[in-house]
Amino acid sequence: MSLYSFGLEPLSCHAWNKDRTQIAVSPNNNVAIIYEKKGKEWVKIHELTEHSGRITGIDWAPESNRIVTCASDRNAYVWTLKDDVWKPTLVLVRINRAASCVKWSPQENKFALGSGARIISVCYFEKENDWWLSKHIKKSVRSTVLSLDWHPNNILLAAGSADFNCRVFSAYIKDIEDKPGPTAWGAKMPFGEVLLEHKDCGGWAHSVSFSPSGDQLAWVAHNSSIAVADATQGKEVTQLTTGHLPLLSVLYVSPTEIVAAGHDCCPYQFSYKGPGSLEFVKKLDIPKQTSKTSMSAMQHFRNLDKKATEEDSNELDTLHQNSITQLCVVSGERDKVEKYSSVGLDGAMVIWDFQH
Amino acid sequence: MTAALHAALKNPPINSKNQNTKERAELLVVRVLSSFKSSDIEKAVGSLDKAGVDLLMKYIYRGFEKPSDNSSAVLLQWHEKALAVGGVGSIVRVLTARKTV
Repeated sequence: MSLYSFGLEPLSCHAWNKDRTQIAVSPNNNVAIIYEKKGKEWVKIHELTEHSGRITGIDWAPESNRIVTCASDRNAYVWTLKDDVWKPTLVLVRINRAASCVKWSPQENKFALGSGARIISVCYFEKENDWWLSKHIKKSVRSTVLSLDWHPNNILLAAGSADFNCRVFSAYIKDIEDKPGPTAWGAKMPFGEVLLEHKDCGGWAHSVSFSPSGDQLAWVAHNSSIAVADATQGKEVTQLTTGHLPLLSVLYVSPTEIVAAGHDCCPYQFSYKGPGSLEFVKKLDIPKQTSKTSMSAMQHFRNLDKKATEEDSNELDTLHQNSITQLCVVSGERDKVEKYSSVGLDGAMVIWDFQH
Repeated sequence: MTAALHAALKNPPINSKNQNTKERAELLVVRVLSSFKSSDIEKAVGSLDKAGVDLLMKYIYRGFEKPSDNSSAVLLQWHEKALAVGGVGSIVRVLTARKTV
């Protein structure tokens, strides 16, 4: 695992390019910065400044090399690289509240945008008029959409929301794609159809993730729990409450293994093997061996008196010094992820290796 | 004694909107918790399952809201033992639960 600190500002979001030599991050302001890896250092090569509000989501489409950014200024831009300059194109999302998250679909012909307007905007490019159009999913969403994830079939979209619900919608746009075949989640999939609605996840559903096959959906909620819905077992939901602080991000790294991280500043591994069998496997951060510097007796008692503690250091013993906000696959196929990255409120980006 | 605890924690008035029921349940649970010997608390917490520990935490925090005589000290002892078993997650669940006990 390797840590790189991008400064002191929290990193709101990050996205990798196709060969993982470049990373786009936003340091909690209205600018997205692209860094390129030169040796061991990350060097700033581009700055994307078009938004007027804090950037809340970035996604980089690997094949078509386009970046989509969304911000609290209710806008989203699609950036394309021309002559080594990134040019923005405004997307007509038609929302009247801040955008919260954005994700390219697996085939990169459309992207989904979640917002505080209780709407999911599915946007696609219309060649005739040369602009990005959007279709809205409004059905049954009662609060801000906190996270989105696409099913591998490019049609189904999972959304975790602040109304304590987790849903799977169909985002089938008949203008740009063929009718999808039936999946374990359902057969009839007109646009906006709700295929799964799990009410009362116990807390805000912070993050959702489809399994590599798309048959299971995992989410983490603010009541420190992680749950998996299994489409092959009649959409049965298995929930595991943990004794840790709430998790903020979840990622499937293999057909059965799940990595989740959050306010505990440390990624955890969970395993789902079937209904009723969701288990915690282990903590994925090995605490560093702190060298015990010799402390004078005076120092020892002074610490006990002032801070009621015997240790001297103020640091957490995890790699991240503040909550982890987002996990992203770096290398390996969807069903056998080898490396994944995490960014957090401490401004650091860590690349972790996953042992299967 | 442990049986009394289990009985007091059974059927919590979570779905009821009747404040009276909730208050009576809370008083009963606090009475049971106060009548435990300090050395028995740990064993009693150990006999509860995960959901039971979460429920116990909810009652403990409910009891904190209305302190009376010695209740806070006793509740703090229970809190320490319940925290050791449930972790901070059980406290988070008390805070995020929409339906209070």
